[in-house]
Amino acid sequence: MSEVFFFIAGVGAIAGAMGVIALSNPFYTVLSLVFHLLSLAALFLLLHAEFLAAAQVVVYAGAVMVLYMFVVAYIGGQDTPLSASGSTLRTAAPLFAGVLAVELCIAVLGSGLKGISSEGAPLAAGFGSPAQIGQLLLTKFLLAFEVASYLLLVAAVGAVILARRRAGLVGQEPEGKPFLSVLRPIGTGTTAESAGRIQPLPTQPHKEQLEVEGEPAGTPGGGA
Amino acid sequence: MAIGWYLVVSAFVFCIGAAGVLLRRNPLVILLCLELMLNAGNLALIAFARMHGNGDGQIFALIVMVVAACEVTVGLGLIVAIYRRRLPIDVDELRELQG
Repeated sequence: MSEVFFFIAGVGAIAGAMGVIALSNPFYTVLSLVFHLLSLAALFLLLHAEFLAAAQVVVYAGAVMVLYMFVVAYIGGQDTPLSASGSTLRTAAPLFAGVLAVELCIAVLGSGLKGISSEGAPLAAGFGSPAQIGQLLLTKFLLAFEVASYLLLVAAVGAVILARRRAGLVGQEPEGKPFLSVLRPIGTGTTAESAGRIQPLPTQPHKEQLEVEGEPAGTPGGGA
Repeated sequence: MAIGWYLVVSAFVFCIGAAGVLLRRNPLVILLCLELMLNAGNLALIAFARMHGNGDGQIFALIVMVVAACEVTVGLGLIVAIYRRRLPIDVDELRELQG
């Protein structure tokens, strides 16, 4: 019985993966990946990884794919050409993938590992259950667990900073002295200067402004 | 089923993902193909965890899922920023870093 389930889930996983690279509409591409992830969750269940199968369905096929769907809907789901026409990659990429697949299959099936042709070692009770995963995460792999949580925090903050709406257009400086210019003076090589949002000044801006104030109106001030 | 067949499925999915990264020009689809490759790695890790009857490989797969989620967040943020600046969403057109 498990052979039948393995066959169905394995064919589904490979078909979903093929759909991801073969469909030209991004909406269908994401749906194909959802199908692939669900098939993969079935394979995880066959391997007695119940908690990971549940996490795969809830986190991957649920949350992450909804995020993808939002972005596809935001940038427009128009058809894109599958690859640049006439490029060498168009012929080289399938060739590379085919050679890699053959090589990996030879490596796996001709491996000297004893356990690879067996059904696996006899299992202890509760293998792959949430209790066992939680116990391992909080005892043996506590450091990895903490580092992963910091990584998630950094990624979330980074994504917000990357995708935020920029204030105003380039060259249109906001009124008043910005708060951050107290912390990092102009001309010290900040990221905002390299992106062209703040014009770096060659000299100290405050001294220049004092000299310009005495002249008649109409001269452009040097202030930011 | 023998563990080797799970590894064969994992190898095929990985190769399809690698071909997709090389073939497709839309950065969104390239991210999806990266997900394929990470998932192929996850399947192999869980298959080996089953082979040894040991839960450590499953923890490894869980951490890989966390890293994949971070990668998706930052990648999608970059794509949204590219779209906001009216740049073409095509990795062949975005070649300023190349010099």
